Order: sequence, then structure tokens, then C-alpha cells
Amino acid sequence: MRFGGLTAVREVDLTVRSGEIVGLIGPNGAGKTTFFNCLTGLYVPTQGTVSYRGTVLPPKPHLVTKAGIARTFQNIRLFANMTVLENVMVGRHTRTKEGLWSALLRGPGFRKAEQAGEERSMELLEFVGLAHKRDHLARNLPYGEQRRLEIARALASEPGLLLLDEPTAGMNPQETRTTEELVFAIRDKGIAVLVIEHDMRFIFNLCDRVAVLVQGRKLVEGTSDVVQADERVVAAYLGEPFEGDPGEAEAAEVEAAEAQAAEAGSDTETADAESTSTTKGEPQ
Amino acid sequence: MADTTPLIPLPRSAARLLIAAGAVATIASTFMSWTWTPDFPGDLTVYGYPAGLQVIALVAGLLTLLFSLTLWNVRGLRRLNPTGATTPYLFIALSGFAVCWYTAIAIAVDLGGLVNLDPGGYVAVVASALPVLGALALPRPGSGARHYFTKPEQPAPARPLTGWTPYAIIIAGIALGLLAFTYGIGISPDESETFIGFSLLVLFAAWALVHAGQLDRFSALCAQHKGFATTAAFIAAAIFPFTQSDDHNANLGVNILIFGTVALGLNIVVGLTGLLDLGYVAFLGVGAYAAALVSGSEYSRFAGTQFPFWAAALVGMAASLVFGVLIGAPTLRLRGDYLAIVTIGFGEIFRIAVNNMDGTSGPDITNGPDGIPAIPDLKILGFDFGDQHAVAGATLGRFANYFFLMLLITALVVLVFTRAANSRIGRAWIAIREDETAAVAMGINGFRVKLVAFALGASLAGLAGTVSAHVTYNVVPTPYQFAGSTPPNSAFLLAAVVLGGMGTVSGPLIGAALLYLLPEKLTFLQQYELLAFGLALVILMRFRPEGLIANRRRQLEFHETGQLDVPDSPELPDSTVGVTKAGA
Repeated sequence: MRFGGLTAVREVDLTVRSGEIVGLIGPNGAGKTTFFNCLTGLYVPTQGTVSYRGTVLPPKPHLVTKAGIARTFQNIRLFANMTVLENVMVGRHTRTKEGLWSALLRGPGFRKAEQAGEERSMELLEFVGLAHKRDHLARNLPYGEQRRLEIARALASEPGLLLLDEPTAGMNPQETRTTEELVFAIRDKGIAVLVIEHDMRFIFNLCDRVAVLVQGRKLVEGTSDVVQADERVVAAYLGEPFEGDPGEAEAAEVEAAEAQAAEAGSDTETADAESTSTTKGEPQ
Repeated sequence: MADTTPLIPLPRSAARLLIAAGAVATIASTFMSWTWTPDFPGDLTVYGYPAGLQVIALVAGLLTLLFSLTLWNVRGLRRLNPTGATTPYLFIALSGFAVCWYTAIAIAVDLGGLVNLDPGGYVAVVASALPVLGALALPRPGSGARHYFTKPEQPAPARPLTGWTPYAIIIAGIALGLLAFTYGIGISPDESETFIGFSLLVLFAAWALVHAGQLDRFSALCAQHKGFATTAAFIAAAIFPFTQSDDHNANLGVNILIFGTVALGLNIVVGLTGLLDLGYVAFLGVGAYAAALVSGSEYSRFAGTQFPFWAAALVGMAASLVFGVLIGAPTLRLRGDYLAIVTIGFGEIFRIAVNNMDGTSGPDITNGPDGIPAIPDLKILGFDFGDQHAVAGATLGRFANYFFLMLLITALVVLVFTRAANSRIGRAWIAIREDETAAVAMGINGFRVKLVAFALGASLAGLAGTVSAHVTYNVVPTPYQFAGSTPPNSAFLLAAVVLGGMGTVSGPLIGAALLYLLPEKLTFLQQYELLAFGLALVILMRFRPEGLIANRRRQLEFHETGQLDVPDSPELPDSTVGVTKAGA
């Protein structure tokens, strides 16, 4: 993904399997959210493809959601002046069909669909623990509940892969734990989760695999032990220990990191971003 | 705690006595002569028989008296001012004060000097000031003028009404609305003074009712019994032509309905979907021209082809729909201001194109600036809309006939609006208004959904246009411009939506009625009309940005007045509130 002369994300190849929780970490400005935007079609990648269950997705957000990838946003983007229930029902848009005519004629099919949609949405609200606030305006919810509502809204589109962009940003430790449990519960439903996060404890508790993104490139990918042990990750976050001539050592380190990253990306020739939720069974 | 000491130091008992006595004296004054000559509009010379502005002052006095009685804790009247706020007394007192003082000043100015005032006039001037002084002696709502403009705290939750009471209250409220409307529309345009007095009364009384929490309760009640309230409102509207002996007022009525219906269509685009469309009147024009072309007018390009109304209406809607899609498809990819600019352009393109399609500058289709005159009246199932019909003892003229047709169409548009808004597609519209990026990421095909809103709004305007072509006998390009001094034009349509309340059903209809009636009645304002209109909009946006009728959502958006589920707060004893606050 390139913006003018700036290459924000380059040669990142990431595969998420069904029932897996994958973490995506990296320093600020590493391109994590840009990567998400590429996946969901908000940005049209200059190079590379996104494929889901073997089919290449067109870079149109609504088609991506329809195919089964749902997301939340880093800075919460709820429909502020709609009620909690309405927010979730909007999330069901792709899974319902009723158009203008059926809305105007209000046949039995319309009523049935509306009722089913409401029931399903209430189930989801119960799942995230917001059922008692169904008639509140989304804007009036406290911060943590807004985050959970956003997850419920994303789940309403019945995704196979859920992308969470910093779901615990600004939360206290207790709320973070609740979110952790929620993500596990989502995984148990058979939904693959790809999560961006800065809270390392949260990430390493949660994720089966973690990928590290630095300056638009994937530095390393593996289990939490592998990532934690990797010196380059520590360097990317904390910088080099100050020894001797820092300029030279740093340059060498960066060069090494770049060489490594190029190697990791070289197995896919043109892919900037690829997410495949290869499924063995049908996810629920 | 906010400073609530009264502006005028008087004991509470003296204050309430002052209000009541002033109200009684105002009432008495209206039975006296205010001026010696019947030259002043409305003949205020007769003793024992109030007329014109005196009637308005009389009503203001009665309302003030009624409100003042709540200060004595009269049983049953407590419901009138459930919050116990002091501002309603001030505003209701100001209504009488404004009417009487305005009348006195108008008499002095019109007839040249205070010498033209009769004793009754002086009595009215003095008497009407007393309740204002009394109300100022009541505790203030807080320090600063802000408290007089914004609504006080949320009213205490109403006790649940049982049996027939809610229905009776709804009927009474709607009947009151009909009464005010018919009285206002019945004032002759020569009597601008009377209309101004009437407007002052309505303004201050409505303000008082808002502050007393009555309007909130009434709208909550209507929301509770939605079907009943809607039916009652339409029945009230249908009664309107029977109250008018003059077909001219029915003409105003039908034009208001057309204007209001188009505003309601625009509300789908602006209020629900959040697309600022500044060229919307073009769709009304497309519908009107399409209907005129197939109306059988001999000046039409297709002279001789006369479609029945249903077919003409379908043609008008279809033409507007096509035009809407043609404009929408390229422009709806733009957002915000860019869309607004492009829609102005397309709106003007329609008017200019129609102006030029006269056979010399372009193809001969619309007759250019001359338009298509002599559009014959509609005939539906043998019912000739051009003839007078006697129904239930009342004679219904041509415009009254069209009024009923238009009322049906308005009902249809209201139905379409409410049903579309409360559905999957309506939710998608609102989601796009709220956050287009998030909506699209939730799987909404933004472009398609916006195009549906645009096309639906356009075809509803086209439907109204087909009737408007027949009502006005002719269609010409001039009314379908962006901004002008008379409705309908795009700026006025948008103003009706914003003024009335975006996203609501009744808002645009009320906004349209106001915007149509005021220029019609205040003829002397003609040169300053747009200036006054602009000022009014600025004031409204400052103090009530959600419009006259607030959508529940928008009300919460603009005033952080709390949650939807306000916890039941124990009702404060009305009598003690003011005193303790004053003492503190």
C-alpha cells in the first residue's frame, strides 16, 4: 500500500486460520491500521490481494463484509445517535434482504425478518452484556460499553474473521480482562480473530500467534515465546542499548532487520496483504 | 447554586396577586374601546364586544389568569405547570403584554399619536404590564439570560393516564392546533397588525407551554398513541376546508400541503440520509411539467393527450425518479459540501433548460418562459375538481377539492416516510448519516442506499408536482429556482425541514405551514422578508438547533439533557419549591 511516495505497508503476508486468534503488534505508525484498511477494502491496495476462503476479495468494504470479514475501529465509530439495538441491527444489513418495497408494503415476510433480526441482535447484545441498554443512544454509553457494542455490531454481520483494532485502548485492567474473555468466547464460536493491540500482556495471553509489523514490514511472526525472545522486536520498541558508536550499530541493525524482512516477504512475489481464513469445517 | 433571587423584591403572595389582578384587568380592558376610529384594522371601538386584536389580548389574559391560578395550588390545575418552574408565568404574562403594547404602539403610529388611544387602550397598557411585574417578582430560574431561552429541567414523569383521558387530551390538543391555524389563516392580509398580534400570542404562549413541559408531555402522549394521534391530525386537517367560507384560504391550505409534502420528501434525503440537497425543487418542477404535458392542455407539446390522474401521477413520479437517478448517480459519490454545491448546479440546470426549450434556443418541449398555461381541472371518476360541491351543508370550492386530494397524497407520503424510516433501509440511511465509513464497513452498499433515498425523495416530490400543476392552472420555470422570496424554492424547502425538525414527520409540515403563511399574511414585510427570515433562522439555530419539533434523537444530541430512561424522580411539592429556592 503506497500513499504517493510513502509506502505504508509492504510485503506483509499473513494467514489466519479458522478458530485462531492472531495478534498484530508494532510501534506507532508501523502500518497496522493501514493493513486493516487494506484488508477491509477501505483502502485499495496498490499491490497485492486479500483472499478469504480461497476467493480473492474485491476492494469494496461492503463486499468484504458480505464475504465474512467484519471489523471494529481504533477510534470508536458507532452510529452515535442510534440506539444500541439499532446499531447492532445495522450490522445485520448484509445478512438480510428486505428492500424498500417490502418496507413500504409491510408484508408478513417483512415482519418476520424484522423480528428475526431483532431477536438475533438481542442475542448478540446479551453475548456482550449490553441487553439491558438496548434503548440507550450509543453516544451515551460509557467508553468500555461502546467498545463492546462495536464488537457486537461487527458480530452481527456473521463474520468468519473478525478484525479488532485496539479493542482495549483506554481501558482499565478489569475491563481489559473482560474484553479478553469476550475475545475467547468469540473464538469459541469458531470465528477467527485478528487483533491489533499495544497491551502486550493482553496480546500474549490471548494470541495463538503474533505478527510484528515495523515500518510497514513484517519483522517476525510466531508464538508469543518466539516473538518475545526476538531481539529485533525489542529493538523496534525500545531502541538499541547504548554501546560504542550508536549510529553505526543502529544502521547495521536496521539493515539486518530489513534484510530479514525482505527474506520473509520474498515467498509471495506481489502480495502486500493476504489474509486467508482457510477453513477445515464450516465455521459457525 | 444558581442565583434565583427575584428581580423585583415582593412577597410571593403579592406577586401572584399582581399576576391574577393584571390578567383580570386585561380581560376587562378588552371589552372597552381602545381607539376612537374604525380605521384601525379590526374595529376596536365597540364597548362590550372585543374584536380583532382585543380578542387576542382577551385570550392572552385568560391564559395568564389560568396559569396564575396554579400559584394558589388549585386542585386539578397543577398539571398545567408540573415542573413548578417560574418561567412559564413570565412568558404567558409577556404574551398579553406584547399584544397590548404592540396594539397601543401600532395605533399611535398608524393613526398619528397617542391621542388616538381611548381609555380602554390605556387600561390595557397598564393592566397587561402588571402580570409581567408579578412574574418578575417570582424566583428567577437561575442567573443569566440563558435560562429563559433553553428549556428548564426535564419535567417530572407524567402519571399514567387511563381510559379515555389520553385520547381526549390528544383530540383537545389537535383541535387547539386547528383552531389556531384556522384563526391565523382567516386573518385578512390587510390586517397585518392583527396577524402580528396573533403571532406574538402564539409565540409566547408556545414558549410558556414548552417551559411548563406541556409540549414534551403532549408529544410523548402522541408517540404513545401514534396511530390515534396521526388519524386525529388528518381528520382535523380534513375539517379545515369546512371551516372556511372563502376558497382563497383553501388555496393557501392546498399550497401549504404541497409545500409540506415536498419538504417531507426532502426530509428523507436531508433528515434521514444526511445528504444536503440544495436543488430539490427541480423534482417538483419535473413532476409538474410532466403532468402538464399529459394534462390535455392545448398549449402542451402533446396537446390532445389527456391522461387520467393516476396515469399522470405515475408519469410525474417516473419522470422525477429518472431525473433523480440521473442527477444522483454521478453526484452521490461526493460527500458533504461538494454534494451541496453540485445539487445547486443541477437544480438550476433544470430551470434554465426548461426556460430554453421553447423551439428557438432548443427543442420545443416546454414552451420556454411562457410555460404551459390552461391546464384543465382534474376529473376523477366523474368528480370534477373545478366545480363547487355541496357537502354536509358546506360549499366546497375548487381549491377545497384539491385540498382533499392533496391531503390523501400527504397521508400517503407520511406513510411512506414512516415505513421507510423504520426498516432495514431506513436504518441504513441513518447509519450513513451518522458515519458513512462505518456504515460501509458494516456491509451497507453506500452508493446504492443513497441513490434509493435520492430517488424516493425525488419521486415523492414529483407526485406532489403533478397536483401542483393542476392547482395553479399553469406551469412556468420561475418558481423552481434555488432561492427566491416566495415558496417553493430549494432554500425555502430546506428551511422548512430545518426549521420544523430534521428526521421528523410533523416538523417539515409545520415548518412549511409557517414559511408559507408568514409571507402571505405579513405583506408589509415583503421587502425585508428574506432579511427577517434569515434572522429568524439564526435565532432558531442559536436556541433550538434541533428545530421546532425535535426528533428524540436530535434533542438528545443537541442538549445533553440525560438519558432516554430518566429515573423516576419523586415529584417535588409545587408550593414549596419556589420559596425554598428564594430563601437559599
